[in-house]
Amino acid sequence: MIEHPWLIPLAPLLAFAINGLLGPRYLKKATGVIGSAGILAAFLLTVWLWAEGEYGEATLFEWLASGSLAINIGFLVDELTVVMLLVVTGVSFLVHVYSIGYMAHDGSFARFFAWLPLFVFSMVMLVMANNFLSLFVFWELVGVCSYLLIGFWHDRESANNAAMKAFLVNRVGDFGFAIAIFMIFWNFRTLEYGAVFAQVGQADPETVLVIALLLFVGAMGKSAQFPLHIWLPDAMEGPTPVSALIHAATMVTAGVYMVARMAPIFEVHTTALLVVGGVGAFTALFAATIAVVQTDIKRVLAYSTVSQLGLMFLALGAGVYTAAIFHLATHAFFKALLFLGSGSVIHAMHDEQEMTRYGGLRRKLKWTYGTFLVGGLALSAIFPLAGFWSKDEILAGAFMRGASLDGDGLFIVFWALGLAASLLTAFYTFRMVIMTFHGDPRDAELHERAHESPAVMVAPLALLAVLAMGAGAVLGFPPEHGLIHDFLHHAPGILHFELTGNQTIIAISLAVISTAVALLGALGAYMIYSRGAPRAESIGQFVPGMHSLLYRKYHIDEIVNYGIVATTKVLGFILWAIDAKIVDGIANLIGWTVRALGGAARQVQTGQVQNYVFLMALGAVVSVGALMIFR
Amino acid sequence: MADSLNAYLYVGAILFALGMLGVLVRRSLIVVLLSMELMLQGVNLTMGAFGVFNEDMGGYMLTLASLTIAASESVVGLAILVVVSRKARELYTDRMDGMKW
Amino acid sequence: MAESGFPLLSVILWVPLAGAALVLLTRGRSAAAAVAMLAALVSLLAAVAMVAEFDPGVEGYQFLEERDWIAALDISYRLGVDGISVLMVLLTAILTPIVVATSWLSINRRVREYMAAMLLLETGLLGVFMALDLVLFYVFWELVLIPMYLLIGVWGGPNRIYATIKFFIFTFIGSVLMLLAILVIAFDAGSFNVILLPEIGVSSHLQTAVFGAFFLTFAIKAPMFPFHTWLPDAHVEAPTGGSVILAGVLLKMGGYGFLRYVLPLTPEAVDEFRVAVMALSVVAIINGALVAMMQRDLKKLVAYSSVSHMGFVTLGIFSQEQIGIDGAIVQMFSHGLVTGALFLCVGIVYDRTHTRLFADLGGFAKRMPVYALLLGFFSLASLGLPMMSGFVGEFMVLLAAFGWSYVAGVLSLLGVVLAAAYMLWMYKRVVFGELRSAAFARIPDANRVEVMALLPLVALVMWVGISPGTFVNLLDTATAAIATYR
Repeated sequence: MIEHPWLIPLAPLLAFAINGLLGPRYLKKATGVIGSAGILAAFLLTVWLWAEGEYGEATLFEWLASGSLAINIGFLVDELTVVMLLVVTGVSFLVHVYSIGYMAHDGSFARFFAWLPLFVFSMVMLVMANNFLSLFVFWELVGVCSYLLIGFWHDRESANNAAMKAFLVNRVGDFGFAIAIFMIFWNFRTLEYGAVFAQVGQADPETVLVIALLLFVGAMGKSAQFPLHIWLPDAMEGPTPVSALIHAATMVTAGVYMVARMAPIFEVHTTALLVVGGVGAFTALFAATIAVVQTDIKRVLAYSTVSQLGLMFLALGAGVYTAAIFHLATHAFFKALLFLGSGSVIHAMHDEQEMTRYGGLRRKLKWTYGTFLVGGLALSAIFPLAGFWSKDEILAGAFMRGASLDGDGLFIVFWALGLAASLLTAFYTFRMVIMTFHGDPRDAELHERAHESPAVMVAPLALLAVLAMGAGAVLGFPPEHGLIHDFLHHAPGILHFELTGNQTIIAISLAVISTAVALLGALGAYMIYSRGAPRAESIGQFVPGMHSLLYRKYHIDEIVNYGIVATTKVLGFILWAIDAKIVDGIANLIGWTVRALGGAARQVQTGQVQNYVFLMALGAVVSVGALMIFR
Repeated sequence: MADSLNAYLYVGAILFALGMLGVLVRRSLIVVLLSMELMLQGVNLTMGAFGVFNEDMGGYMLTLASLTIAASESVVGLAILVVVSRKARELYTDRMDGMKW
Repeated sequence: MAESGFPLLSVILWVPLAGAALVLLTRGRSAAAAVAMLAALVSLLAAVAMVAEFDPGVEGYQFLEERDWIAALDISYRLGVDGISVLMVLLTAILTPIVVATSWLSINRRVREYMAAMLLLETGLLGVFMALDLVLFYVFWELVLIPMYLLIGVWGGPNRIYATIKFFIFTFIGSVLMLLAILVIAFDAGSFNVILLPEIGVSSHLQTAVFGAFFLTFAIKAPMFPFHTWLPDAHVEAPTGGSVILAGVLLKMGGYGFLRYVLPLTPEAVDEFRVAVMALSVVAIINGALVAMMQRDLKKLVAYSSVSHMGFVTLGIFSQEQIGIDGAIVQMFSHGLVTGALFLCVGIVYDRTHTRLFADLGGFAKRMPVYALLLGFFSLASLGLPMMSGFVGEFMVLLAAFGWSYVAGVLSLLGVVLAAAYMLWMYKRVVFGELRSAAFARIPDANRVEVMALLPLVALVMWVGISPGTFVNLLDTATAAIATYR
């Protein structure tokens, strides 16, 4: 299998080609099966790759050679790649199956099942890249797939704007990423991971720091970290399976993957790690506070995703890369589950996304409720579900990093931020669960028509629920030495945080603290929301303006709109005026001057032959006279 | 007096100048054409006189050639006059500014 | 293969002209288009054969043809191609049949003359890229001007006379200066032979003057900021086919001129003015992008995006890195394909709606799904999406720019970010949302001819994007040589 790693991306690519070319006209509903089959093939091939356990690099073809530059398209398969591949293809497969049911009544069914496998192809290529250019290429391609799928319902103005916003914010991130790539080339004269990592040790640490921070800007864009997080909540305009797959489970974690992959670069200068951890911790809390007051079920989940991604970056910054990847995997399971569950609810409620019109759905949507609850418990990191194991490791890692002698004390602060985020996570998760499934129906008519989703949608939910329940313990027990730790232990470039001596006790107490905090959050939500909304409103009044500030997402969108977008437009307008009036004006002025001179000169041309003759004679006389006088 | 070259040259020059004056100031195209002939004759006279006094056959030859050309030129010129007068119904130079700009 | 027995280049070059003569003898629009198509396809076939036979490893020119022309002045009819011109010849040969096919639908009057002008234009353009004698080059350079002048002036929009005269005068100012420079070179070096000239070189004291004249010519043609203002006017007024060739090939004459004449002949002057030229390129990239963003006319937006994209070409050329020069050529090729296609897309919508203002457009995705897909494809290609041709050239040029100066690199990279903004915004305003007028409710989708005309461009854009090595290999020997003139 290692000889032919390209088979893995080939399967979704073929599904894309078949569905894209033949889908709309001939295949129609069959595209769903073809798409799912392609992804399943990729998943099975990945499992085969994993079972064989042979890793290495393979070059596919020479992409470009020019002067001192030579770039190959190749594959790097190591433990990190395999984990990512398993998560990506596995979750993708379930989402594809779910979409067959979810999108069944959509007019553009075939188009959906063309773009979705294209995304999987790009994502698989992204995690298998062995050089910075391939990474960047597919980094951009997943971005464009995201653009196409967010704007999938293109007759909605809001969807178009959200798609555009997603692409542009990502371009801003990629701006940093691209600079980093160019700097890497001119400093190391290569773009291959291995060759670059081998040289970073000898390079100027300051330069490497700049490179690392610029790479991180790219990661911030893709993984929606403050202040480049603004696109992700809007991206919920896309169909819910897209939100589950791209904007929760896979694409947005590309930034986390990238930083983990580039660990040797980030490790060179501790400032880089500090920035990564700081931004992550801040975003975790920041997004969680916004999630607390949102009423659109998908927006709550979107901000929750931003927050969870922040925790992953906190882990990366603390140097516990395994924990970050571990959380990436468990998060993919439970967040995909939650999104698909919310999709099931939205489906049942006829495309209503406002939680204020939900309520009491637990009796009508039994399967959805059960699985959603599992996802919520996992997200809240309640023992022993998946989220608990990975998140606990992150917080423990951050704490230890801050407490250890050679660590940075700031990480204690980051740990506190993470802990606060955990509290809020449990709070908004249960607020969401209670508002959706408990209490009395707030919209009787909608409630009346609600119905459980078909089996093709429920089955993936059930599978994901199993993963959300068990994956954490199976992969991560005992902490620091679970399956995933041993597996990733061999991956080059991934550093490890080793527990020593009686720190085990600290670790256990940290776990107890974070569980207690999570329970506290859940309890708070129950106290406030289970007996009706009035209590929530009265608490909202407690700090004037606070609710509005949170609900308006700290006004970041407005700041960006007026600060950057409007400024750019005004600048463009001014430059246009300069271009049309001054630059072109000068050109026209020259033309006008010549015309004016000609206009003056043409007065001589009266059209009367006698005038011409007179001038001719005069000229003759003057020239002959001049000759006679001056000779 | 009669065998002085200058006398012929004076007459030639006067003829030319008179013709020139006519070309420049008269409004009637016919008169302008006549004046042009006058200029030509002034030149012919000068050339003929040089031919005689310098005993140079070239002068005679050139005069003869010039006369021939003058004849054909006036034919063409008159023909144009006829066409123009038919089109414009008048032959005044100051009304003809079709070549303006 | 220094001397090839079969005059392949002459075939490519003169078949369109012969076609132009034949077209004038036909009656009826379809007959004219058919003859024109035939001529363009024969030329394309020969061009493809040329590329297939082209040996990328050989230094110098291939398929050389040489005949005495004005023997007294040592001016010859000398043709040849090397890595720099081979893609340009191919680009010209590809775009002409596409334009002929789409013009058959969209041109309503004087089809015969239109087709003849188009073929004459092709001969002129091919000649510019093939000529290896300064005088011959100049003749072809001027030959290009006349049919383009007619295409805009006769088949153009309401303000076509202003636009075409502006186009003519701008270009002509340049070419008069170029003629002067050519004479200076000829007197100084004693030869019009482009093959020999780089070795002889131009005397140091003349280099600045020669550089100035050449620079102005090519900068107007490319067009570089601030000599670009003829371009938006010309594009807005030109018929679709004219715009395609104008953006697709005519602009490349500027870039080609820099590579073929300026870098090899006046290296000292280039060294002296390099910073200024690079700065102008960066200004062109950013200014073009920002101005493009604010346009209200779809065609003007694409025109200004051309200014921005051609900024990358000059940036790459004057980086004098081999990567940059390779990148510039790839960018020229790619820009020809992508912007040509974009103008075709603009034409498709204009033919149906008779408007190009964003205020009147919108909502075509539902009515014209195939068209929306194609426009989307080329918009993404234009904003430099990886796996498509636009990315390759820009990436290589940016790489070279970063090698020269981080400031220049970062600023030009900003142009790429802005490209995404104006292209996506354009796409949204044209294709998404609601239809603006009930009259468009029954608007037909792109028809078979239009789709067939665009599909080869789709394929080429993908080919360049996925495997740029195929194309860059053709260039490598030639650009390695150019990069040494410094």
